Formats: sequence, structure tokens, C-alpha cells
Amino acid sequence: MSNKVLVMAESREGKIRHVTFEALSAAQQLSGGGEVAAALLGNHSEDHVRELGKYGASKVYVLDQPELSVYTADAYTQALCQLLEHEQANVVLMGHTAIGRDVAPRIAGRMGMGLISDCVNVAVEAGEILFTRLIYSGKAFQKKTFKHGRIFATLRPNNFPVAEKPVDAQTVRFEPVIKDLRTVVRETVRKAVGGVDLSEAKIIVSGGRGVKSADGFKLLQELADVLCGAVGASRGACDAGYCDYSLQIGQTGKVVTPDLYIACGISGAIQHLAGMSNSKVIVAVNKDPDAPIFQVADYGIVGDLFEVIPLLTQEFKKYLAANE
Amino acid sequence: MNILVLIKQTFDTEEKIVIQNGKISEDGVEFIINPYDEYAIEEAIRIKEEQGANVTVLTVGPARAENALRTALAMGADQAIQIETEDEELDEYSIAKLIAAAVKDKAFDLILGGYMAIDSGSGQVAVRAAEELGIPHVSAVTKLSWKGSKATVERDVEGDVEIVEVNLPFLATTQQGLNEPRYPSLPGLMKAKKKPLERVAVADLGLAQEELEAKTEIREQFLPAKKQGGKILSGELAQQVSELVQLLRHEAKVV
Repeated sequence: MSNKVLVMAESREGKIRHVTFEALSAAQQLSGGGEVAAALLGNHSEDHVRELGKYGASKVYVLDQPELSVYTADAYTQALCQLLEHEQANVVLMGHTAIGRDVAPRIAGRMGMGLISDCVNVAVEAGEILFTRLIYSGKAFQKKTFKHGRIFATLRPNNFPVAEKPVDAQTVRFEPVIKDLRTVVRETVRKAVGGVDLSEAKIIVSGGRGVKSADGFKLLQELADVLCGAVGASRGACDAGYCDYSLQIGQTGKVVTPDLYIACGISGAIQHLAGMSNSKVIVAVNKDPDAPIFQVADYGIVGDLFEVIPLLTQEFKKYLAANE
Repeated sequence: MNILVLIKQTFDTEEKIVIQNGKISEDGVEFIINPYDEYAIEEAIRIKEEQGANVTVLTVGPARAENALRTALAMGADQAIQIETEDEELDEYSIAKLIAAAVKDKAFDLILGGYMAIDSGSGQVAVRAAEELGIPHVSAVTKLSWKGSKATVERDVEGDVEIVEVNLPFLATTQQGLNEPRYPSLPGLMKAKKKPLERVAVADLGLAQEELEAKTEIREQFLPAKKQGGKILSGELAQQVSELVQLLRHEAKVV
């Protein structure tokens, strides 16, 4: 069975986000030879179109009205719903990013569509498309499918293999009618530290109460910088004021699935484990050999993080320099 | 101001998940108000205390979910609506239809709800409800301030802060950092027992069969594979650290 698939591309700071390539790769898998198209909203360049073609988008809808240059739910919903009416794709994919999670339920509501959000895997079994997602913040998984209507899913960044399939992408201009915008974005204040977003980081260095202070987190940031990773934290560390709540990982924070998770001075409460235990590889550094974090760790060092982390930073620096 | 707060009763965050016959077991489970919804309740009560408001809490769920509504009433909400259903096949599409049908004639100025529920984690229902009701939404809100009927809202965008202006009526989903939810007081708990709680049956909402029918369905639920015992390193600290780097490089292949 072939499907017509539409992927909403997303860019940040002038670059197409990696999750868009993941979504296009999933789209190739689901298309069964059908057409894969992408939608590019806001400012774009010819390079963007070519890049989308590299991952199998044979058609790129370009929507570059001024109302779409800054994301708002209203403008994006109007634009994408009109495109969906026009394009008649029966599978729609986008990243489960700040934009995806904000706009996808709105579009699904307007179009009367189902939506399976925050998927970590997709497979076709017996002709049926099954999406896997985390529930209870990673304490369990579920597989969901569609009973009626179009297939619409948001994909969690960093969970889908990327496959190139170069095609010549054809640019198609699409001009939706955008009106009656009800929200105005006044300003965006950059606060994200280190430039690597937690939800997309391949490596996360995370700290708990054992880090003891905001200064202690600087040690973690140094290690994260060397590894091009991001810094995260347990609820305990956030509650103690060592870092911002936006860094919190766990059942009431972010649920992350990086390639490598380095837990420093985190005991491993069940709420924290829920948010990180599906990471591919987990390293725990803790003074307490009985800390529950060691039960989910692939590698553990029992020791004082204030000694271990600087050593680890030095060792990685040396190693990465030697393997440049 | 007339405020509606959408809440969900969820498993306590301490609970381990047990699957029996393909279903998540509720045996012996403690239930709480979804933590993100607590921020929504708290914010509504603060608005009520600061500028006067009437606060309604609403949930869709089985009989046990009444406890979550009573807790919200004890925190300071004025009345509650429970759309009572044991139907486990409802999905976000159909639940949003139920909520919209129950409140469409009640003219709420502000609707608040958690940014997501910690059980299903899908983060759809509140935004879908805003769409059904034809009002704008602002999601992942960490600060709300007012000038008459205009709100200035700060929202969390992947760690950055976006400042948005929007007029009433609108729906906001609440993110951690917005406030520190209060515990219900003892007098609050006593009063909550007498506050009005309206029970609504799904059949009374006048929805067509196709609006009640879920678009998606769950095929399988399962626990993550158990981890093999990890490797605890030993020896001199410097040696452990260099061994770790080698292991991450050559065995785990993640750096």
C-alpha cells in the first residue's frame, strides 16, 4: 500500500532541524513508494529545499508570507490546515518540538483528525502503521494505531534513524489566507544554556543534590561543552535552586532519551529514573554505592563527583584531541 | 472573571507500573492530581484572591476521579464538574469533544490546564478543547500577568522564554515554574465536601456517535526491557576515569 506523506519541516537559527530529517526518513519508510512532500514555513533558502530533497522530499511547499516568519499557533494552524486540504496527504508527520507539540493538537482539532504524539518508533506490521510511545514518563511503552481518518504523528527528536535518499526537490509556492491572528509574540528571551537543547542533545550531563551549588553545575557544564552535550538536572537540584526548572529531567520535567546520560550526584528517585532510564547508555557517578541510580547504570563510578568530573573532562579533552 | 480549570487524576509519581493482561493495573495504586494541573489550579486561585474570580474545575474520568475534584475544591476552587465515564477507549479527540460540549454555554473568560498529563504524556486535550471552543491558546506558560482583559504571558520554548500578548478569552497550559501549588488546608477540606459538584453523563452531552468514537487506539502496552547489571569500575580514580572513556568509546560506542 502506498501513502502520500507530508512532513512539516522546521528550522532554527537558519538551519533545518535534525528531527525534520528523521521525519523524512520515517516518511520514506511509510510512503511505500508514494509521494513524500515537505512544507517549509517562514524564511527559507534554496539550500533548505535541496537539503529536504536529500532525504527524499520530491516536492517542497514553500509558505513564506510575513505572518509565518515568527511562529504563532494561529498562523501556522491556518497555513497547515489549508495545505492539508490542498495536498490530501494521508500521512502527516512533524517533530515533537516546542512548535510541534503546540500546533499539532490544534491542527488535529480543526481537521477532526486523530493524533499520536511524541512517538519514539514507527513500524508497519500486517499493513498497519504502529507508533510506539512512552507512557508514565518512560515507566512503560504503548503501541498505538489509527482507526479512522488520516495518520498524524509527532516524532520525538533523536529517536529515528536518518536515511538519505537524494531526489530533485521541486519547489511549489503555496499561499494560504492568514487572518485574525489572536496572539502577538513580543519578544523571545534566549535562556537556553550552552546552545544545545536538552530534548535534542545526544549527550546529557545531569546533576542532582550532590552537586551542592550553582557553582557545582559549572563543572558539569564544562564536561557537557567538551562532549557537545547539554546539562540537565534532577528535581532535587532544581528545588534547591542550583539551576533552572527548564533543565529538570523526570516525571514532572523532561523525558529524555540521549545516546549517553551521565548522572552526577543523583541518587535515582523513581520519578527521575522515569525521565531518563530509556537513555541508550547511562553512566552514574555517586558517593553512595547503594544509590538506586546504579541499578539502571551501564557503567558506574563510586566516588566524589568533584574529583571524578574534572578528571573525566580532562580525559575526554585529551581523547577527543587525539582522535580529531 | 470566570475561570475553568481542566484537571486529570493520575497515578502518584511514586507508583511502579504493573501490566496485567495487557492492561496497566490500578490495584493498590495511589492517585493524585496530575502535577501540571496543580499549577493550573493554583494560578486560578491566585487570580481569584488577587482580583476576584469564580473558579470551576472539570475532569473527565471514572468515579474515583471525584477525589481529584474534591482536592481542587479544598485548595480553593468554587465548584466542580465531573464528566463521568469508565470508557477506556476514548482518545484525545473524543475527550476534547466531551469537554467542549459540557462547557460551551458557560462563557468562561479563562481556561487553564496542565501542559501535559504525566501518564499518557500526549499533551493534546487542552489545546484541542481550545480549538473546539474557538478560542486561542498559549502553551507551556511560566508567567501570567494582567492589564484589564489583556494578558502578557511568558512561555517556555525549549528553555528560552517567549513573551506573548493575548486577549481574553483564551486557554493557557501551565508549565512548571509558574507557581508553587498550595496544599489544601484542613478547613478547606471540610468546606470542599459541601461545595457543588455536578455530575454529567456522556449521553447527556448531545454528541453524535462519530464525535465520541476515538480516532486512535492502543494496541499493546509493555514495560521496558530489564537492564543487565551494569559495570561498577574499581581501582585508582584516574584509572577508572580513563577506563570509562575507553568503554564509552569502544564498547558502548557513544562518543
